Amino acid sequence: MDYHWNWGIFLEQVKAGEETYLHWLVTGLGWTLAVSLAAWLLALLLGITVGTLRTVPHKGLAVLGATWVELFRNIPLLVQMFLWFFVVPELLPPDWGLWVKQDMLAKEFVTAALCLGLFTSARVAEQVRAGVGSLARGQRDAALALGLTLPQAYRHVILPQALRIVIPPLTSEFMNVFKNSSIAFAIGVMELTFQARQMQEDSEQGIETYLAVTLLYFICAFAANRGMAWIEARSRVPGLIAKPG
Amino acid sequence: MIEIRDVSKSYGATPVLKGCSTTVAKGEVVVVCGPSGSGKSTLIKCVNGLEPFQQGRIVVDGVSVGDPATNLPRLRARVGMVFQHFELFPHMSVRRNLALAQVQVLGRSAEEADARGLKLLDRVGLAAHADKHPAQLSGGQQQRVAIARALAMDPVCMLFDEPTSALDPEMIGEVLDVMVELAREGMTMMVVTHEMGFARQVAQRILFMDQGEIVEDSPAGDFFAAPKSQRAQLFLSRILHH
Ligand SMILES: Nc1ncnc2c1ncn2[C@@H]1O[C@H](COP(=O)(O)OP(=O)(O)O)[C@@H](O)[C@H]1O
Ligand SMILES: [Mg+2]
Repeated sequence: MDYHWNWGIFLEQVKAGEETYLHWLVTGLGWTLAVSLAAWLLALLLGITVGTLRTVPHKGLAVLGATWVELFRNIPLLVQMFLWFFVVPELLPPDWGLWVKQDMLAKEFVTAALCLGLFTSARVAEQVRAGVGSLARGQRDAALALGLTLPQAYRHVILPQALRIVIPPLTSEFMNVFKNSSIAFAIGVMELTFQARQMQEDSEQGIETYLAVTLLYFICAFAANRGMAWIEARSRVPGLIAKPG
Repeated sequence: MIEIRDVSKSYGATPVLKGCSTTVAKGEVVVVCGPSGSGKSTLIKCVNGLEPFQQGRIVVDGVSVGDPATNLPRLRARVGMVFQHFELFPHMSVRRNLALAQVQVLGRSAEEADARGLKLLDRVGLAAHADKHPAQLSGGQQQRVAIARALAMDPVCMLFDEPTSALDPEMIGEVLDVMVELAREGMTMMVVTHEMGFARQVAQRILFMDQGEIVEDSPAGDFFAAPKSQRAQLFLSRILHH
């Protein structure tokens, strides 16, 4: 194999500009982090809400929650990305659609974060629902018996316990958000994968490029994992033995 | 104080309560016993509206439980309930377990709630454990905290659903002692239990339930001397020989 290794490539200038390839990758990493963190925030907010609604004794809310989850879970993420980018603006009232297409700031970024956030929210909702379901009914009864309303019982008694239970499964969802964010390149977000493809074509050093990008994704997912582990340790209840798994 | 009239309930086609009627007067202690699955828990949970019922009427301290217009949280705040499995909130310290509903439901200040909670903890002999979490206490201690938590709301009556049946034998006494003291102070109590010693000591009346019916509703003395129904005789002979 006569591949010409060049690990110094990252500090070399790109063909048509002043900046280095490293600069491209760092910019890409920034967009990856931005899309992932915005999506995760949205996923947590919506996922906890929808997952909670699925557990309350109300038919309409339960159907709404179930529809939400099935909708976002059963369509491939890449297809959802294209739907949000190309189809949804066409379905909006004409002047809104025009505004989205012409004037909306950071349109690709907003679309990607929204799409990934909604997709992930369905998965978070399922975890939250399972977490609430795993609590014995007695806790709810005890809270209500003290005179708390159902929303108060959720806020003070049910959700604080359910969320502790779901931290481990949510950890892998958080890591997935970073990995799934790579799909944003398909609608032109200049995130890590996008920059990697550009660097590979520009520099013709594909192996170094993709090894570096692999390492960066790995660091992101690993940091997400450690962050969640830290939260888990901080929220541990004294006297309770951590359940395995 | 508690009036239960012709209450029936079913899960789908399965009846669990069949025309149950009884009353618990102010200051009275009524023990409910009967075989497992006879509907004791269901009946007692109907009293504070944790279980809905399809027929009949329950009035607690002048408030109709089944009336859709009733503010159930407000009613429940005045009816203490103690569960078989304690149901302390495991993520909160004992102190916060006691304060939560006082602050959220009664609107007491944090200091006021804390002071009231500590006083009741002291009363059940657990003041030293205020800053522990439930999982750091024994079963008997947890149940005493649960009783203190209910009392912190200044309830007009107390419901107990097998408060000692999840406890190791050596811890039953400490919980019963607290309950006996409460009864002696004049608390209105409806207690599901198989502790016949407790029933003899403080109960004015015994309800015996079987298959969703209140088969017998007698003064405690009469019940132990000569249960009227055969089912109650059989039940008594079984548990007294344990
Ligand atoms: N959620 C439920 N769905 C269907 N059946 C139930 C439910 N809860 C209780 N039951 C039935 O109701 C009956 C009475 O239960 P319960 O009141 O718990 O009895 P006890 O407290 O006397 O042991 C039992 O036959 C039980 O199987
Ligand atoms: Mg029971």
